[in-house]
Amino acid sequence: MTDGRAQTLLLKNLHRSDSATLEAYLQGGGYRALARALKEMTPEQVVEEVKASGLRGRGGAGFPTGMKWGFMPKGPGPKYLVLNADESEPGTFKDRLLLERDPHLVLEGFLIGCYAVGCHHGFIYIRGEFVRPYRILLQAVQEARARGYVGKNLLGSGYDLEITVYRGAGAYICGEETALLESLEGKLGHPRLKPPFPAQVGLYGKPTSVNNVETVANVPMIVEMGANWYGNIGRPKNTGPKLFCLSGHVRRPGVYEFPLGIPLRELIYQHAGGMLRDDRPLKAVVPGGSSVPVLRADQIDVLMDFDSLAAAGTLLGSAGVIVMDDSVCMVDALLNLARFYAHESCGQCTPCREGTGWYVQILERLERGAGRKSDLDLLLDLSDRIQGNTICPLGDAVAMPVRSYVTQFREEFEEHVATRRCPRAAAAAPGRA
Amino acid sequence: MIPGKETESRIEAALLEYPQPQSALLAVLHLLQAERGYIADEDIEYAARRVDVPVAHVAGVVSFYTMFRRKPPGRHHLQMCRTLSCQLRGCREILAHLRTRLGIAEGEVTPDGRFSLVTVECLGSCDTAPMMRVNDDYHEGLTIERLDALLDSMK
Repeated sequence: MTDGRAQTLLLKNLHRSDSATLEAYLQGGGYRALARALKEMTPEQVVEEVKASGLRGRGGAGFPTGMKWGFMPKGPGPKYLVLNADESEPGTFKDRLLLERDPHLVLEGFLIGCYAVGCHHGFIYIRGEFVRPYRILLQAVQEARARGYVGKNLLGSGYDLEITVYRGAGAYICGEETALLESLEGKLGHPRLKPPFPAQVGLYGKPTSVNNVETVANVPMIVEMGANWYGNIGRPKNTGPKLFCLSGHVRRPGVYEFPLGIPLRELIYQHAGGMLRDDRPLKAVVPGGSSVPVLRADQIDVLMDFDSLAAAGTLLGSAGVIVMDDSVCMVDALLNLARFYAHESCGQCTPCREGTGWYVQILERLERGAGRKSDLDLLLDLSDRIQGNTICPLGDAVAMPVRSYVTQFREEFEEHVATRRCPRAAAAAPGRA
Repeated sequence: MIPGKETESRIEAALLEYPQPQSALLAVLHLLQAERGYIADEDIEYAARRVDVPVAHVAGVVSFYTMFRRKPPGRHHLQMCRTLSCQLRGCREILAHLRTRLGIAEGEVTPDGRFSLVTVECLGSCDTAPMMRVNDDYHEGLTIERLDALLDSMK
């Protein structure tokens, strides 16, 4: 349970205007964890500590990080750790904050991760559009190198580690780990079939682990404070602090840090200041980035952690909380997302490539008032045919929201068909397509 | 056009950063685009030579990633976010205003070459919606008034 106060572990340095500098980071106890890992722990001990902490990946899937690292083969030969800084899930903006405001926290966690999996050349894949964070990160790597945290013989430990920061060039799909690896090899971001998993065959065909920015930002505190301490934050099997991104119709949108398990209602009404307009009550909430099933206003008494949200029929995902008031037309909102996925589908798999475009066509005609009664079931049928039938989860990421919008707000979709118009179009903004 | 000395030396450096030269392809394309403003046919051929892959592969990569442009943009390349969080906070009004004020649609450049306009997907700045990227910079919390002041300041 939370006490209602924002707790800052991941964001603890952000009160300083110079938080991105090495100086500020060191003053806050920075790089102590790296020194501890290199001097007092074996790589296996670091992996075990992270396993024991219960840390689950913060990129969306919630897979246990220590277990992921544990899949990496032991012994000699090239191995890679890749940082996924390709944040592009609609509603999500936590990684950019960390990269811009506390790059050394991210870097320290990443360096410890590299040591843990036995990687001597780590790659940071950052979204191409993130030019400012990219420059800040380059600067951070340079500062770290000058202090002996990057390069040959880290802190006299005998461990060598090179870091390369790699810019993407605009493709949502490159946030999917295997597409990211393809992109990193100078190819189109086409996801790979799994198995083999990256831990066996990854970057350049070598064992590779891919971790999200926020995930590695948790690692220094785990190494420094220990798994037991970390495991007491949050809830069982859902441990640690978490960054929640609030956007849409709330008074105070932004990134909020709380232990996993904070009630969604508290997050919206207490911390994000409640609804933007007093006369516009809550209608719907996307709790974990655009790819997860939507919740109705009467379903927000749920805890924000992996298992609680899964039990409620949705997902924590990237914790991008998109709040919608009753002015929103759910067909229109879904059409917006369908266009996003249609644009971002890589085109490899027929169900996703064609299906996303069909979603757009069907939703456009519903929104125009030219929808048919059969369209609702057609949307659901399409979801059944896409979900689970594609190489990567992008197909699922659009099929799930479509199914949930249609089932959760079916009357609204039916109204579009029955009245042959969008009931909210009269109040709609200009430029509405 | 052969890339300038500065670009050339940066390309050299990029090629050295990776175990395989092909990994430097996106970096090479970013550098070429930064110099010319867009990717021309000869840039594709040049990049293919530098990282030792077929020209067709580079052409495929250029068309796959949205940041690579095949046409010259305006001096101020306006990239308006259109995804859900920005839509909830009024990006459609902002976009409509942009179209009216500039007299161009998405994908076009003003006749004086000052502005080009495109819509883009979520740029990871949803708490400051509506927002747009101009060249490499984010402009957040846009209102019609702020937008007008911003456009006036861009020569």
